[in-house]
Amino acid sequence: MTLNRRNFIGAGVVTAASLAAPMVLGAGKPRVVVIGGGPGGATAAKYIAKGSKGAIDVTLVEPSRTYYTCFFSNLYIGGFRTLSSIAHSYGTLASKYGVNVVHDWAVGIDRDAKTVTLAGGAALSYDRLVLSPGIDFVDGSVPGWDLTKQNKMPHAYKAGSQTELLKAQIEAMPQGGTFAMVAPPNPYRCPPGPYERISMVAHVLKEKNPTAKIIVADPKPKFSKMGLFQEGWADHYEGMIDWIGSDFGGDNVEVNADEMTVSIDGEVTKVDACNVIPGMKAGRICEMAGVTEGNWAPVNGHTMQSRIDENIHILGDSAAQGDMPKSGFAANSQAKVAAMAIRGALTGSKVFPAKFSNTCWSLIDTDNGVKVGATYEATDEKIAKIDGFISQTGEDADLRKATFEESVGWYAGITSDMFT
Amino acid sequence: MRTAAWVISLWAVLSGAAVCEETAAAIGDAERGQKMFKRCQSCHELGEGAEHKVGPHLNGIFFRPAATFSDYKYSKGMFAAREGGLVWDIDGLSRFLEAPKKTVPHTKMSFKGMPKEQDRNDLLAYLRVFSDNPQNIPEAAPTARKVEVVLSPEILAIVGDPEYGEYLAAECTTCHQADGGNDGIPTITHWPTESFVIAMHAYKEKQRPHPVMQMMAGRLSDEEIAALAAYFEILE
Repeated sequence: MTLNRRNFIGAGVVTAASLAAPMVLGAGKPRVVVIGGGPGGATAAKYIAKGSKGAIDVTLVEPSRTYYTCFFSNLYIGGFRTLSSIAHSYGTLASKYGVNVVHDWAVGIDRDAKTVTLAGGAALSYDRLVLSPGIDFVDGSVPGWDLTKQNKMPHAYKAGSQTELLKAQIEAMPQGGTFAMVAPPNPYRCPPGPYERISMVAHVLKEKNPTAKIIVADPKPKFSKMGLFQEGWADHYEGMIDWIGSDFGGDNVEVNADEMTVSIDGEVTKVDACNVIPGMKAGRICEMAGVTEGNWAPVNGHTMQSRIDENIHILGDSAAQGDMPKSGFAANSQAKVAAMAIRGALTGSKVFPAKFSNTCWSLIDTDNGVKVGATYEATDEKIAKIDGFISQTGEDADLRKATFEESVGWYAGITSDMFT
Repeated sequence: MRTAAWVISLWAVLSGAAVCEETAAAIGDAERGQKMFKRCQSCHELGEGAEHKVGPHLNGIFFRPAATFSDYKYSKGMFAAREGGLVWDIDGLSRFLEAPKKTVPHTKMSFKGMPKEQDRNDLLAYLRVFSDNPQNIPEAAPTARKVEVVLSPEILAIVGDPEYGEYLAAECTTCHQADGGNDGIPTITHWPTESFVIAMHAYKEKQRPHPVMQMMAGRLSDEEIAALAAYFEILE
């Protein structure tokens, strides 16, 4: 951190005050609409409402009444968590912080009029809009697969019914059957996610179906925590997992959901369960708002403001921000920076320099957790990594157990930070 | 021990440096401590399945602030001690055990005290065996006592800005629950400011081993650490 805090604060306050003046003097409270109730949106709504103590009117638009966290949904597949233990609702955001929670889809954004149209017909005006819609899938990313195939070959990359479906299909596999995963190309939500999932599938199959096989077709030559996962797979699931990277044709894939076949580099395999995780892009509402460039929505890291429209802040998976991975932790971290910037702009509260951090824990097997993390700061160009760490191969069982226990603590912490 | 602490403080004044905890050395003989514990067990349970009896159970006590079990009825005195920042670290426990009624006026604990330092150290070494959550005792194996390293008086004297601390704290509450709950990551609310500052500097200097905390603390300035300490001390 090279910024001089005092100077920075001073500058921030002046800017915030001059921007805020017209709105503070105008009629009524400033209004913020947040679209998406995940780690980015729920956190932003809470921190704006909490920090402004009622001075800002905050509306959270989220279609689902029950939110299933994508993080830890792999642990549900592995039998380490129940589905209900990763389910959350928005009651406390409304009752404790006064957030207006609207369960509806946002279907249109008029950036000139500064309104959001909901599927139910209502229009919401905003002074600042926060978009935190997570991801959608790139059409045609995996030949043979589209959303109409998601019940036969689930993506399970938005948690809930898709996760349940995938788990049921894994458990229904015949003895000695084959599970296939088509892994996604970069960049995508939760970089270690597919590989933690492979570990969890292997954990289930090792107990219930020990002669089963796992094939991973991967369009990448390497992946997050690769050394740690490969060590874990060799130690815990020897001979079960066949990972085929792009160097071996893993990028040349086609699926047939009706036949339940996967073709990898021309070789067709009959499979019993298949998890297709397609290429990803910003949640569709970003595209509808016209704030995307390519697949993602570029932002200024100091405030998480869109580079296209400064009245819009974009958080989490949808944002093209620089060095941070697309993770729930990252979205939560970005939400706090955005909340501070929005409060500063709308009410003149103090603005401090943006700080970000991330840690991703993954479970390889029972009591065998690993993690990777980093800290970040905003530069004019991007969110830039400062420092990081990663678990090491060959760590002892006590440390791995402690890492897993820490991840459980983190889950309790972040969900409490988001929802209570 | 008293003498040693006094000597170190004096040295600190003379050398212009303040002292803080760090690295680890054995504090006592856990086996002997097990025998000392017989004096406690009519009121306190310890070990697997331990529950609150006349007194609260003592599993995982290290680094827990005083009076934190919601399902145990503490004395008003103990709540007041918590408000005053009493944390069950080695020094907090040792002071309390030495003279319970003096350290925490109106405590319900009727034990008259354990004046010999060696007895207390051995008992603490035994208690620490049951503080098996590694997150709570990150600096060393059980039965270790922190020893002092140097932190300049200027750093300890910084008065933190709680408003800045509130913003910075948002980064902590992704893992450490703001309401003081502990499900695998230790609570950091109501820490005495100085212990907080010392702990954060220990991470920053990589003298405490946890990699996430080393990273988080590593980029915090002295003022930022003071701001966080100021905020967490007063967090409701």
